[in-house]
This record gives sequence, structure tokens and C-alpha cells, in this order.
Amino acid sequence: MTEFFKPSTLAEALAILRDRQDRPPRPIAGGTDLMLELRDPVRRARINAVVDIWQLSELRRIVEDSGVLRIGALATFSDLIANLLVRRAAPMLAEISRAIGGIQIQNRGTVGGNIGTGSPAGDTLPVLLAHDAEIVLASTAGERSVRARDFYTGYRSSVRRPDELIAAVRIPRRRANFAHHRKVGTRRAQAISKVLVAMRGERRGDGAFDEIAIGIGSVAATPVRAANVEALVTAHRGPWDEAALTALQLELARDIHPIDDLRSTARYRSTVTFNILRRALIGARA
Amino acid sequence: MRIHCTLNGAPREIDVDPLDRALDVLRRLGFTGTKEGCGEGECGACTVLLDGAPVNACLVIASQVDGCRVTTIEGLAQSGDLAPVQRAFIERGATQCGICTPGMLLSADYLLSEVRATDARPDESGRFDVDAMRAWAATGADREPSHAGGVLDAAVEREIRTCLAGNICRCTGYDSIVRAVKDAVRETMAKAIQASK
Repeated sequence: MTEFFKPSTLAEALAILRDRQDRPPRPIAGGTDLMLELRDPVRRARINAVVDIWQLSELRRIVEDSGVLRIGALATFSDLIANLLVRRAAPMLAEISRAIGGIQIQNRGTVGGNIGTGSPAGDTLPVLLAHDAEIVLASTAGERSVRARDFYTGYRSSVRRPDELIAAVRIPRRRANFAHHRKVGTRRAQAISKVLVAMRGERRGDGAFDEIAIGIGSVAATPVRAANVEALVTAHRGPWDEAALTALQLELARDIHPIDDLRSTARYRSTVTFNILRRALIGARA
Repeated sequence: MRIHCTLNGAPREIDVDPLDRALDVLRRLGFTGTKEGCGEGECGACTVLLDGAPVNACLVIASQVDGCRVTTIEGLAQSGDLAPVQRAFIERGATQCGICTPGMLLSADYLLSEVRATDARPDESGRFDVDAMRAWAATGADREPSHAGGVLDAAVEREIRTCLAGNICRCTGYDSIVRAVKDAVRETMAKAIQASK
């Protein structure tokens, strides 16, 4: 029998997590991920308790404060699509939310859930990486922030402690005159990504990049920041000729480690990721 | 636990296991128009409106229905009068086996409610391009739009297909469904334009 808690405040929810660290309950928000585990008897047997956090309105707010956009963990994909602060400060986040599931999923799925499930195919995660976002973890001891790039430690595992709840994501305001994202799936709606690339940076008139951040999904055990590609791109001057593109491909191979699975193959994922980067960089010069 | 909700307009108190699926709760109460297709949020056959917005009833826990307004297909017709989308589906013969139909109708009805919504939310903008739908309706667009129906026609069709993207019809009868929703959008928009004059 799965135990069930329905705290009415964040403080109450955090106290439940603190008191049960030896057998941590699973938080449930919109349920679009956890319900799949609950319906499977084998996976359900591993869930000893569930904490319903959907009603914690303090986790739903979207506010901008001294240049930082703070999006509550319970903001749904529909909220991200509609919210004007998000559309202004992080338009890619609003746009990628439209590509998640269909409207039914967008109405229930949350950014905190996307982070918490931590699937390498979580569609908001490459965008958060490209924004150099921070994930805010709350516990009875207070809040701490972890950079999105340091959050995952392995496949679906993160630095979140069992007494912590994902409370919000913080997106710092950072100048960027270049942004590009591309989701590759079998179809436009209701499709899990084969590859998702999100790029954000500052480029000069001559096309050279002073800064670039690249997040890529579905190409490793966790969503990745393409640090080696980024270093190459910011050091690069001149046209993206064949030699430069070969170098790019080599750096990319150090950043991503795709696998063959039921949705795609490693080779396809590598090729497509490279093509997306190549087109974006060549296009950026034009 | 005992939850309170407004189900198809009537207040209800229901005893549930908090982790029950809303889908099962509704079907147990006899609202079997809510169909189970995939059971994992892919197909949309179990779509219901929760506080006016479409959700997959197979993914919503009963606990979270507490305090909500729920509309199932049984509640779409108001006092015996079919909703505009229901009439349009009948007129266009937009059903085949029928399993996806309740979910399709509820998602389409949500699009119409967004078209009707005139109250501006200051910190939000709508999901759909209502302006394009208004401009399209105002042109008195052809009732049988050709495939070369123009920019506005394509825009309206895109909004409809976006709205219905989470509802899968395995008979693949999408064209007549989209035509039916277009009819309903046109009718609803014409009424809204009329009312604003």
C-alpha cells in the first residue's frame, strides 16, 4: 500500500521529506511522469509513499527580481507558453514548451517535474543549460541553488537530497543576440526527442562568438552542456570551412555519448546533432 | 479520502483512493464516455476538461480533482442542446469508430472557449492565434475551403491541429474532424463578432 500525503503548505511538505529520509516519498505534481510508474505494479512496489505537491501555490509563481527570472517548479508548460515574463526573458523556453506532448500534457506537466524526472530527453533541460540556469532546492534548512550543468550526476540521478524539493528554476539575465533551438522527433506533437539542441550566445558583426552556451538532450545519460564545442566556437575566427567543421565534429564527439535505443541510433543522433550545429553556426555568419 | 468537485455542473462528493486515476473514478460513476486508450497520456481518448482545460484523465490523480470543475463528454450538451462542436461533428460526419470522438470534442470545445474568452489576462497571452481566427471568420470564408484556402485558412487550420495534437484518431479521420472544428470556430467567431457590434 502506497502511503499518501497532501500537505497544504510548502513548510509542511518539507517537514514530511525531512522526517522520512530513510524511505523518501516521491513528490507528485501534474503526474505526467509518475503516473506511468504508479500503474506498473513492479515499479509501484518500489514507491513507498507519494507527496502531492500540486496545491502548493507558493511553488507556482513566476517573478522577475533584479535581473533574475524565477520560475516556480509547479509552473506548467502551458504557463511557460502564456507567461509574458517567460516569453520576454526566455522565449526558447516558451517555444520548446509548445513542442512537449499535446495540450493535455502541457496543462499538467511542470518544469520542476521535467527537472526532477531528469530524463536525458526532458525537453526543457537543454534550454535551461543554454541559459546557464540554476535549480533551486528547498529543505527545512532553507534554499540552495545548483547550476543546471552541475545538477545531474548520472542517468536520472541528481544532487538533490531526499529531504529536498525542487522549488524553482532561476534564469539569470544574460545578453544574447543569438539563440537557436531545434527538437528532432518522429512527429511534431506527442513525440519524445531523438535529439534536442538549444544554443544561446553573443556574436559580433563579423560572426565570431564572444560567448556561447549549448545544451543538448537525448545524446548521453544526462542532458549535456557541450563545453568542448563551446570552447572551439568561441576561439574560432573566420569562415566555417571544411577544416573548421571537422574540428567541430571532433569536439562534439567528446561532448556527446549517444546510444542506440528504440527511438533512434547513436549514429543518427551524432549526425543530426552535428548538422544542427553546423547549420546554426554557418547561418549565424550570414 | 473524500473529494468535492463540480461534475458536469452538479456538485458531487466522492470517496476515492487519492491515487486512483480520475479516469477510473469517472467511469465508476457511470461516465463511460471517457475512454481509456493507451493509459499513458499519448492518445487523448480519456480527455476531460478540468477547470475548463483539457487533461488526460488517465494521468490525473483523484486527489487533484478535489475542488475542481470537471466536464466529461456527458456534460458538453447544455440542457439537451448539443454544443456547437457536437453539431458540427454530426454535420460533417466527423466520426468513424468513435473511440476518439469524446476526447476530440472536448479538446475542440476548449479551442472554442479560448475563442470566446474576451477577458484579457494582463500577464499572459493566449495560446492560440485568435486574431487570425477572427480575421478568417470576418472574411466570410468559403464554407468549403479548397486546399488553396489562403494564408488565414492555413493559420486557422494550424491552430485547430495544434489544439487537437494530443488526440489521436487511429481511423485517421482527421480531415473531416478539422473541417467540423472549422465550422464550429466560424460559427462561434461570427457570434462573438455579432455580439461585439
